[in-house]
Amino acid sequence: MRIGVFICHCGSNIGGTVDCAKVAEIARGFPDVVYADDPMYTCAEPGQAAIEAAIHEHRLDGVVVASCTPRMHEPTFRRTVERAGLNRYMFEMANIREHVSWIGRDKEANTNKAAELVRLAVEKLRNNKPLAAKSFDVTKKVLVIGGGVAGIQAALDCADGGVPVILVEREATIGGKMAKLDKTFPTVDCSACILGPKMVDVAQHPNITLYAYSEVEDISGYVGNFTVKIRKRATYVDWSKCTGCGACTEKCPSKKTPDAFNEFTGPTTAITIAFPQAIPKKAVINAAHCRQFVKGKCGVCAKICPTGAISYDMQDEIVTEEVGSIVAATGYDLMDWTVYEEYGGGRYPDVITSLQYERIMSASGPTGGHIVRPSDGREPQKVVFIQCVGSRDRSVGRPYCSGFCCMYTAKQAVLTKDHIPNSQSYVFYMDIRAPGKMYDEFTRRAVEEYGTEYIRGRVSSIYPDGNGQYVVMGVDTLLGEPVEIRADLVVLAVGIEASKGSPQLAEKLRISYDHYGFFMESHVKLKPVETNTAGVFLAGVCQGAKDIPASVAQGSAAAAKVLALFARDKLESDPQIAQVDIRRCVNCGKCIRCCPFGAIKEVEIRGEGKAQVIETVCQGCGLCTATCPQGAIQLSHATDNQILAEVNALCQC
Amino acid sequence: MNDAINLSRMRDAAFTAEVEAQSGQNVSTCYQCGNCTAGCPAGFVYDRQVNQIMRGVQLGLKDEVLNSRSIWMCLSCSTCSLRCPNNIDVAAVMETLRHMARKEGRVAVPKVEKFWFSFLDTVRAFGRTYEIGTMALYMMRSLRLFTDLDLAPEALKKKKLGFRPHVIPGGADAVARIMQRYKERAKREGVRP
Repeated sequence: MRIGVFICHCGSNIGGTVDCAKVAEIARGFPDVVYADDPMYTCAEPGQAAIEAAIHEHRLDGVVVASCTPRMHEPTFRRTVERAGLNRYMFEMANIREHVSWIGRDKEANTNKAAELVRLAVEKLRNNKPLAAKSFDVTKKVLVIGGGVAGIQAALDCADGGVPVILVEREATIGGKMAKLDKTFPTVDCSACILGPKMVDVAQHPNITLYAYSEVEDISGYVGNFTVKIRKRATYVDWSKCTGCGACTEKCPSKKTPDAFNEFTGPTTAITIAFPQAIPKKAVINAAHCRQFVKGKCGVCAKICPTGAISYDMQDEIVTEEVGSIVAATGYDLMDWTVYEEYGGGRYPDVITSLQYERIMSASGPTGGHIVRPSDGREPQKVVFIQCVGSRDRSVGRPYCSGFCCMYTAKQAVLTKDHIPNSQSYVFYMDIRAPGKMYDEFTRRAVEEYGTEYIRGRVSSIYPDGNGQYVVMGVDTLLGEPVEIRADLVVLAVGIEASKGSPQLAEKLRISYDHYGFFMESHVKLKPVETNTAGVFLAGVCQGAKDIPASVAQGSAAAAKVLALFARDKLESDPQIAQVDIRRCVNCGKCIRCCPFGAIKEVEIRGEGKAQVIETVCQGCGLCTATCPQGAIQLSHATDNQILAEVNALCQC
Repeated sequence: MNDAINLSRMRDAAFTAEVEAQSGQNVSTCYQCGNCTAGCPAGFVYDRQVNQIMRGVQLGLKDEVLNSRSIWMCLSCSTCSLRCPNNIDVAAVMETLRHMARKEGRVAVPKVEKFWFSFLDTVRAFGRTYEIGTMALYMMRSLRLFTDLDLAPEALKKKKLGFRPHVIPGGADAVARIMQRYKERAKREGVRP
């Protein structure tokens, strides 16, 4: 075998603490190595050209590059050797940046360790075999999970690109959190007016199938060929008959049902249509509060419905869909702010969340758009906004910034003044984070044109003064003094958390999630939409806090990724998969039970049961190879012999 | 010329490190939200607010911090520690600063120190607190002979003040031994007892 070795300087990243020329010199002494060099930037065009030239000139049949992490450039160099006529698996990478130069300063020790890692890679390469990828068909259909603005955008863009879309929404209507907002910053345009048309587009698009009031039950398969089970929860209303006339909601006698869409700011009926622009505009029965279910008799809605759509004995239904790609856009929830006992812990009726305030301001909300106090229905004169409630607060386990609260607080202060001209708003803030286009100008307008009083500091406690007002004890750190405000209404800018059930969904999707339940992108800067599971993409706040423009942009980005994936008719499977040596297999079935992907099945060969790997399903995780008591399963490109060769190389000295 | 604080000259990183080591708190996590000040019940008699003391510690402004009256007026109620969003035990930092100030022989509010000694003397003598004794000692030490005297009748009426100390059998000696041990250690380490 003729092996070429390239020790990359990576500018000063590696060259600064590793003697690359010396490592190349040592590498020349390794078996089968016929050529070694130490280029400045191996991944740059001249560096790749040098590899190609060396392959031709020295008739190399294998290449080792010692540089950064394989997650960064292994695909790059595999393409390089392929261009020069080698099989892409006749390439090995030694990570001498993240594993050597970045973590130690002792140049001599670093140089030795780099040489050891190169020795490892050379020994592995000597045992490598050319591998060939197989190709398989793609189901050109996408599942979008979550019908908020990010999911809507992803669904519409995919559908416009000609791809059939399955859109699954947990609530009875799509629209997500944006549908609950009154106005949007920094233009103060009506949220329902700009989101409504998009929601209608979803309902009318021939390429979109909408499953509202449904959840993803189970996902199996792999990129190009996912099988998804969707649970359509029982609405007790036959949506094929329901016309959304609303007669049932008017007559329903259970008028004290908690209203989740209005953030529990007012009661609703047990049979409801969330809001006038709801998509789909269909009624849903809340069985926990419906008299028919609780007391066993009522049936008013069934009597009143002109189309006979009410069906009290409806059951959940499971539907199965085949898709090639999945976009997760599950959004967020507000954190449980009642842990703040110093703010009343939820006991004071006029201390409310910002989302409740949106519903109170909204014309479709419980007060018809009149700002009034929940306790007595009076117009508030002094409104205090408190930012960072459950954001940037380690003591409640939420150290991150929720990103958009600074902006919506400014917007709510502006709208308060618009609604009640003689009102005065106060905003307690720590920092104003307004880095978007026209954002900072907007927060300045809140101060300069609307007279909002911004007070730099947190609030230590809130308590009722006994005369219907609340005493807000805060601090003005710029003044260096504690301050006290008597407020009629207190609005808390409650921080966000990943939506309920995010970790469970991540496990179904086999994607990573962070400490707080937000889904992990493949690369925080360069692959913000991809996940580590091929064919699964992210959009919106489920990946991390972001505002509406960023969520829409990521929705479109996810759609672009889906369309790029579906531009090909066939996908290549990774040949780094498990293979069964049927002579050694005793059909014990352990591999079948341990495989997390269901990629191993039992087949009969010459009358004997044997394990067989389904090549397109196997992800190459290696669990079965470690489990097999007979050593009958080998993982291509990480065989026992290849791993032992590396261990031997390391244990020589 | 203005009298700005010259940070390049006055910054004492060793002081910050010392406060962190003794208090066990990482003061760099303080982002100056001011919640400690907002909830402080004694802030009205402070010359610098709690968050300003924390800022002084962050910047290493040793004299500003150790000479302040605030660290002596602190009630050790720990509301600041409870409310801190970064889980800093601010009260422990204040306590540390008092120790450091005493070690250096600078006590910005000597009356507070005198009260403490009056309290501790009665505890040493009787094994537990003795209010009238504490009051009498404090009045003598501080020469504030009529301080809070108007409260006495009310307190006596409600039996909050006893004329005779409660002595715990054997307890007084045990407490005195603890204090003796501390005194000896303080002497060894060259700390003002």
